[in-house]
Amino acid sequence: MSASTSSRPADALRDGDSKHAAPTSKAAQKVGGVAGWIDDRTGAAGGVNYLLKKVFPDHWSFMLGEIAMYSMIVCLLSGVFLTFWFVPSAGEVVYHGSFAPLQGVKMSEAYQSTLDISFDIRGGLVIRQIHHWAALMFTVAVSAHMFRVFFTGAFRKPRELNWVIGCILSMLAIVEGFAGYSLPDDLLSGTGLRAAEGFMQSAPVVGSYLAYLVFDGPFPGEAIIPRLYSVHVLLLPAILIGLFTAHIVLVAVQKHTQFPGPGKTNDNVVGYPVMPVYAAKAGGFFFIVFGVISLMAALIQINPIWGYGPYDPSPVTAGSQPDWYMGFADGALRITPNWLEFTALGYTVSLNIALGALGLIPVFYGVAIAYPFVEGWIKGDKGEHHLLDRPRNVPVRTALGVAALTYYFIFMFAAGNDIIAIKLGMSINDITHFFQATLFFLPMLMFWITKRICLSLQRHDRDLVLHGRESGTIIRTADGKFFERHEDLDPYTRWPLVQQDPVHPIQLESGVDANGVARKGARKERLRAKLSNFYFRDAVNPVTPAELAAAHVGPGHEAIDAEPPTHEIEPDKVDGRMGIDAVHDDSHEFGSSTH
Amino acid sequence: MTALAAKRRHPAAFAFLLLLALLVTGTAYAAFAPRPAQAATLGADQVVEGKKLFQANCSTCHGLNAEGKSLGDGTEAGPALAGVGASAVDFQMGTGRMPLAAPGIQAQRQQKILFTPEQISQVAAYIASLAPGPAVPTSSDYDPATGNAAKGGALFRVNCAMCHNFAGSGGALTRGKYAPSLMGVAPKDVYEAMVTGPQSMPVFNDTNIDPQGKRDIIAFLQTVHDSPTPGGMKLGALGPVSEGLFAWIFGLGILIGCAMWLGQKSA
Amino acid sequence: MSEHDTPDTAVVPADDFGHGAVRLDEGHVIGTGGLPDRFENPGLPPHQPRMSDLTEAGAKRAEKQVAALFSVSILGTLVFLVSYFAIARDTYVFIPGIGDVDLSNVVLGTSLGAALLGIGLGAVHWAKTLMPDHESVEMRHTMRSSEERRQGFVDTLRAGGETSQLTRRPLIKVTLGAAMGLFALPLLVQLVGGLGRLPKNELSLTYWSGEVGPDGKPHFKPLRLARDPEGTPIKAEDVTIGSVFHVQPDGLLPDPTSDEPELRAGLESGILEAKSKAAVLLMRLNPSDIKSQKEKDWGYDGIVAYSKICTHVGCPVGLYEQQTHHLLCPCHQSTFDVTDDCKVIFGPAKRPLPQLKITVDDEGYLIATQPFREAVGPSFWERGQ
Repeated sequence: MSASTSSRPADALRDGDSKHAAPTSKAAQKVGGVAGWIDDRTGAAGGVNYLLKKVFPDHWSFMLGEIAMYSMIVCLLSGVFLTFWFVPSAGEVVYHGSFAPLQGVKMSEAYQSTLDISFDIRGGLVIRQIHHWAALMFTVAVSAHMFRVFFTGAFRKPRELNWVIGCILSMLAIVEGFAGYSLPDDLLSGTGLRAAEGFMQSAPVVGSYLAYLVFDGPFPGEAIIPRLYSVHVLLLPAILIGLFTAHIVLVAVQKHTQFPGPGKTNDNVVGYPVMPVYAAKAGGFFFIVFGVISLMAALIQINPIWGYGPYDPSPVTAGSQPDWYMGFADGALRITPNWLEFTALGYTVSLNIALGALGLIPVFYGVAIAYPFVEGWIKGDKGEHHLLDRPRNVPVRTALGVAALTYYFIFMFAAGNDIIAIKLGMSINDITHFFQATLFFLPMLMFWITKRICLSLQRHDRDLVLHGRESGTIIRTADGKFFERHEDLDPYTRWPLVQQDPVHPIQLESGVDANGVARKGARKERLRAKLSNFYFRDAVNPVTPAELAAAHVGPGHEAIDAEPPTHEIEPDKVDGRMGIDAVHDDSHEFGSSTH
Repeated sequence: MTALAAKRRHPAAFAFLLLLALLVTGTAYAAFAPRPAQAATLGADQVVEGKKLFQANCSTCHGLNAEGKSLGDGTEAGPALAGVGASAVDFQMGTGRMPLAAPGIQAQRQQKILFTPEQISQVAAYIASLAPGPAVPTSSDYDPATGNAAKGGALFRVNCAMCHNFAGSGGALTRGKYAPSLMGVAPKDVYEAMVTGPQSMPVFNDTNIDPQGKRDIIAFLQTVHDSPTPGGMKLGALGPVSEGLFAWIFGLGILIGCAMWLGQKSA
Repeated sequence: MSEHDTPDTAVVPADDFGHGAVRLDEGHVIGTGGLPDRFENPGLPPHQPRMSDLTEAGAKRAEKQVAALFSVSILGTLVFLVSYFAIARDTYVFIPGIGDVDLSNVVLGTSLGAALLGIGLGAVHWAKTLMPDHESVEMRHTMRSSEERRQGFVDTLRAGGETSQLTRRPLIKVTLGAAMGLFALPLLVQLVGGLGRLPKNELSLTYWSGEVGPDGKPHFKPLRLARDPEGTPIKAEDVTIGSVFHVQPDGLLPDPTSDEPELRAGLESGILEAKSKAAVLLMRLNPSDIKSQKEKDWGYDGIVAYSKICTHVGCPVGLYEQQTHHLLCPCHQSTFDVTDDCKVIFGPAKRPLPQLKITVDDEGYLIATQPFREAVGPSFWERGQ
């Protein structure tokens, strides 16, 4: 519009519009180009600035989730590459590619195209191996991340919702992995699908219908490969990305948890801002994860489908196993006793299959999802928690987690019973019986051991706080006694050992009200008190300043052990050496005042 | 010619001529001698020698006349050997599985072979003289060069892979028994094992898998053994178990190492 | 971002002793003895300067290290590009400790790895050595919105319900609820209805049962037992004691020598489906080893044929130990005793493998005299019906 047309009536409407204020600072002018253009249209500057200044705490274990996230991104990237060459079809072809040992063999198009990716497309093998290794690393890192979140209590309020999302993500990751593993239609994955068909058939009442719906008729049919393909590249990735986005947004909104430490409180987060430190660290870590996966793909062969041969229902290979993340379900099947199958009223109930194949995964994740709510209820804990628990400070939770993992790993190792048998020269029957037996005692044993270890570590912490570090300096007292001088911990070192809240089991209130009438919910309360007692009756609480002061007046550090305050202090035993390492001037006075 | 004439008196000439004469006579004899007679004369000695060796080394378990020996409780110390053929003897003794090094669930392949090939063939001749059985294969029977690896692969997957694993790296059987790895096993041993069905292994006679099929399988195994692993280290060719372990231990280990470095304060 | 979010990002780099930046709300003093109930949070520890903070030389060294790592990345990318075109396919190279590997895979993968790791390690090293390492502290706020906001939300919701008259018009409420509850059903029905057909009695039939006629019933015809995968028929005398034959029904593969047109043609499609239920193992035992009379009767002179499909989840039970006469499934280790009707002696499978009744025809070939009498393979709800 030129100035000459400004006399038109409509232009008068714009007369009052102010011109854009020119950016004031030089830097703002410089960045102003593209960013300004975008901000003009989105007003994003404020929000993005907020995100850039967000603070993230540093700890290696916080990177486990990032390994999972980045492996997933690598999977998505390499997966897109693979879709350009992979043909999701069970159509029969005769192979004439460059892999000699399969020349002239009949196979499906899916298998043929996977061979082509591996042998005829330049760099195709490296992309395929990146994809598979990234998938394994994804599931490995998701599990490790889950362990970290569990054992540090990061699932507590307000993060229960994110724990639930994470559990669903983990479960979907397993299904996604299994779908991808089945796509190449090789002998091993086909055997896996065959077993999956058997799992479906074992579902009570609807089993055979379920199998026929999924496979569009009898096994194997031609439908399963294209169907798994759309589930693997479309349906599950969409859900995964959606849930994963929610997972990350919640982390940003709730801010990251942090380990207790000096300067770290439940109301702050101490770390480094996104711009520039975390942009470089987290951004760089993506390249590290991708780089390590590339190296693995370069040097370690994974899933050599050309070796397995094309799928045929009649052959099978020794050592038929699923990928590791399906191992626990497969292992459960191996050690389930066969008497769980029976007929009732002429109908066959195959609990020997249904329990392990259909029940285990939902039960496992169901328990995991429910845990934060159960623990919150037992503790009657309504507060927000942003400081992580040191695993030793919650012995029962840590021990329960270890017991659950023991179950998980028994099942998982049972899936490798044939490999263990041949590698260790043992009988597969003995190994199977051994795993069956361990189910009944090992988790309990591990619970007990873990709890004991946690309690001793806590006592050790108390001991350290109360008695300090051994300095190596030997002191001779006036009456000729020798002792080693202990140095008090400095406040920064001491703080992580004493910061946690003391805990006590909930006291059971009377089940009846003042009139002797049973109160509503009394039974629930009784259960809760029982559970609370189970969780906290052995609690070792942190040293209080009073206890530390008392420790300083104790004779030769023996009067007070690491136990919580059951000690007696006799003022007359206070001797001259007390002055050496006591920092609290009022300790003597305190020691007297308690008696 | 003069050069040859000049060397006529060389001391080595005598030895050379003698060798040549022996070779010619031997070849002529082998070519013209009536076969049964040879088998009878040569074989008879072999059988006698073999029987001696057998009685000295094998009869504790297999009985003085290879009739087998029962332990009385329904199990046997060693099976009867009539009809197992020279091939079975050649396989069991040639791979060191027999005589049994130590009582165990299953006779194992040994590095050290206790008997010379000649002694083994003598015992084989003795066992073969008891009843007809599969003979020791000749090198043309198991020459991998004459087999088709692709066809052998199809046969291998149906008939062998369930015990010996897709890549021939072996697998577990019941109660501690196992199917051994086939990597590096001589073609002759593979052939003999198929023909004779040692221990737990079933017999794959020529009507089940014809000799050409056996050569195909041997060719396939050779290809698997010789062929490179395109993708890198094969982690024992044990399938997903070793891959999962690797991801947990090395993959996660390296990345956690990086994460620790990342979270550490710089000096 | 609302005004609630922006001002609280007062990210204050803590001073060297952390005082002031951290709110310490713990350790209030109680009366007894003048000692607090809890220890006091000492605040952030003093900042330790790095080499690169202390000297320009240290910083310079860090800069060089970062630049070197980035250069490794550039080099890796170049190697990848060159080797992508330069290395011919099928070039194998021996790497100690790894084996004979595809050169292109190794070089492409490692150079890509170097290109990525160079960037990653460089960026992290940069962040660690040269970027500010004073901790920042960001304050948290409870997730819960303020009471006014929550009230506002409830009010809006209630007002919406009232102004739309949803609360006053139960008819709309009920019908809307029903409509919303039902509308997904057609989609669900379409999906489930279209996914596959019903199994009917198919799970109980195999290729041995014969072709299913228009009446829905199979018409049995004795089929020869053929070798898997070649498809050639088997004579009884071929099966010696101790041997095992992997069997498929005759007629799956084209047989040019056959007189019957069907057998000459073979199956056009559905071979895998047929094999997945009809695969059979054929073994010859010493008849005196067989404990079960039925097994003897259904076999032929010590030759017995059993379904190869595991009754657990359907893996092929192929591992036959000819001395113990045990059959082992490699997937879940179910073990079957061939001398005793293939009953389960170990593992998670419950039912014995079904036996196929066999005899010989005029030419001496083994044939099935009747189809399997029960459903083969994994259990399912109505298999006993």
